[in-house]
Amino acid sequence: MKIWPSFLAALALVLLAWAGVGLFHWQTLFGVVIPYLAFLTFVAGFIRRVVLWGRSAVPFRIPTTCGQQKTLPWIKQDKLENPSSPWQVLGRMCLEVFLFRSLFRNIRTEKRGAALGFGSAKWLWLGGLVFHWSMLIILLRHLRLFLNPVPAPIRGLEALDSFLQIGAPLLYITDLTIVFALTYLFLRRVVVPSVRYISQPADYFPLLLLLAAALSGILMRWFFRVDIRAVKELTMGLVTFHPLPPGQLSIGVIFYIHIFLVSCLFAYFPWSKLMHAGGVFLSPTRNMSNNSRAVRHVNPWNYPVKTHAYAEYEEQFREKMRKAGLPLETE
Amino acid sequence: MYKGGGIIVGLTVFCLVATAPFLLNIGRAAESGPTLSLDTPAIHLLSDPSCVESASYMRAEHMRLLAEWRDQAVREGRSEYVNSAGAIFALSLEESCLQCHSNRAEFCDACHNYAAVEPYCWECHDGGATGS
Ligand code: HEC
Ligand code: HEC
Ligand code: HEC
Repeated sequence: MKIWPSFLAALALVLLAWAGVGLFHWQTLFGVVIPYLAFLTFVAGFIRRVVLWGRSAVPFRIPTTCGQQKTLPWIKQDKLENPSSPWQVLGRMCLEVFLFRSLFRNIRTEKRGAALGFGSAKWLWLGGLVFHWSMLIILLRHLRLFLNPVPAPIRGLEALDSFLQIGAPLLYITDLTIVFALTYLFLRRVVVPSVRYISQPADYFPLLLLLAAALSGILMRWFFRVDIRAVKELTMGLVTFHPLPPGQLSIGVIFYIHIFLVSCLFAYFPWSKLMHAGGVFLSPTRNMSNNSRAVRHVNPWNYPVKTHAYAEYEEQFREKMRKAGLPLETE
Repeated sequence: MYKGGGIIVGLTVFCLVATAPFLLNIGRAAESGPTLSLDTPAIHLLSDPSCVESASYMRAEHMRLLAEWRDQAVREGRSEYVNSAGAIFALSLEESCLQCHSNRAEFCDACHNYAAVEPYCWECHDGGATGS
């Protein structure tokens, strides 16, 4: 089983933070040094990865898209699926980035009696969409710990997310949805034999790390509460580059476990499949308009080819050709 | 680099978004949270000023304590809270918490504004619609 290495790695991270702060009281390491290093690794690694991508060859426009190409005026073009102008490409990219259009096309192939059948398979799309949107809202919500005063849109988002008004502190809807979505995405890899067969530790680990980070946050909110004011003093210290010595702040261990898992996630991001966050913008089948029949595209890395035209040839061998009695085009 | 312009624009946007929490705080010194005022008549009368539970417990857990109090008062009809040291308090938001912490703006609200929480309790309690 390829799950265990990932599972043990995630567990080891939790135990490491627990031991580091709970037993050895390395609050400054886990609360200040590691978060800074992780963030630096994230930004630098992200830039490095994208620059490496930028230096690889860009293929020609790929017309194998899923709608009618722009052609004769009386044939209706599918502008979003097969765009021919930059604005239409923007539309297609938005569909891809915000709604995962390509994944929506996912189909299931199955035997139906003797025949081959293709069925719709939307669960992966739904699970992915729910996870990513929950993640985005949770990230934005966390800005309340990094900005003072907290801008109204962030407050509004938080109010919206907790509008069910269940319990105190209030239940966040995204906390539920992110755990459901991640559990689904994980179980899918474990339960479906064909998916399990192609799953690697690098597939399980990000899911488990995300799940651990989310669960530690949920535990901190409802089960092992910490002093949020002290937490915000620490986080505001981080973003103003005046970190307070967190040893003085007396924040519970669960907070350091949470922030360590999140730091690991940030540091791991640029070296893992999670980089599809940047990669989606560079999808060659999505981000180029299909105008190959309207515009001539010259291969950008063509080198200047050495040519020897007939006129030059004749110039070079004029005397020899004349002696041999060959016909000359110019005298 | 191929399509270098696009890559540079994209990476610039990424850097701005990723470092936004730092950029938005440029020029700010580190500041500690709000100072909470305990300067109320009821607390001045106390010989040993302390909360219903220890201050560190209250800081982290007061909202859960209040939720428990509400259930005990409204569902079980209780009116007294016995704390971990055996002292007895009225089990009520307005008759207990807000008796001692009668300076809600400088105490509860100051801390809540800092942490960006807006308890909906005040829609009814302490001057809200059904406030007593
Ligand atoms: C030391 C700072 C601090 C003080 C003082 C304080 N609170 Fe809070 N309170 C918080 C924080 C932080 C939260 C939100 C916790 C979270 O989001 O996990 C909160 C949440 C709450 C909630 C739950 C609201 C919700 O939407 O989840 C209630 C109710 C509450 N406080 C009541 C009070 C009352 C009443 C007082 C004054 C007697 C008070 N608090 C004083 C920090 C404080
Ligand atoms: C008998 C008066 C009294 C009552 C009743 C009382 N408090 Fe307190 N409270 C205090 C005092 C005094 C302190 C300061 C304790 C200290 O610093 O050791 C305090 C501290 C606190 C703190 C921590 C503030 C900080 O320093 O960060 C919170 C939060 C709090 N109270 C909330 C409440 C809530 C909520 C209730 C109702 C459930 C309540 N208090 C009821 C007197 C009271
Ligand atoms: C819709 C209006 C409303 C809202 C909102 C509301 N309450 Fe109440 N609350 C009441 C009413 C009505 C009672 C019953 C009063 C009585 O029995 O005398 C009550 C009683 C209570 C009691 C016990 C009795 C007392 O005198 O305090 C507590 C504790 C309490 N509420 C806490 C809270 C807290 C904490 C919140 C916010 C998380 C909250 N309430 C939000 C209406 C509300």
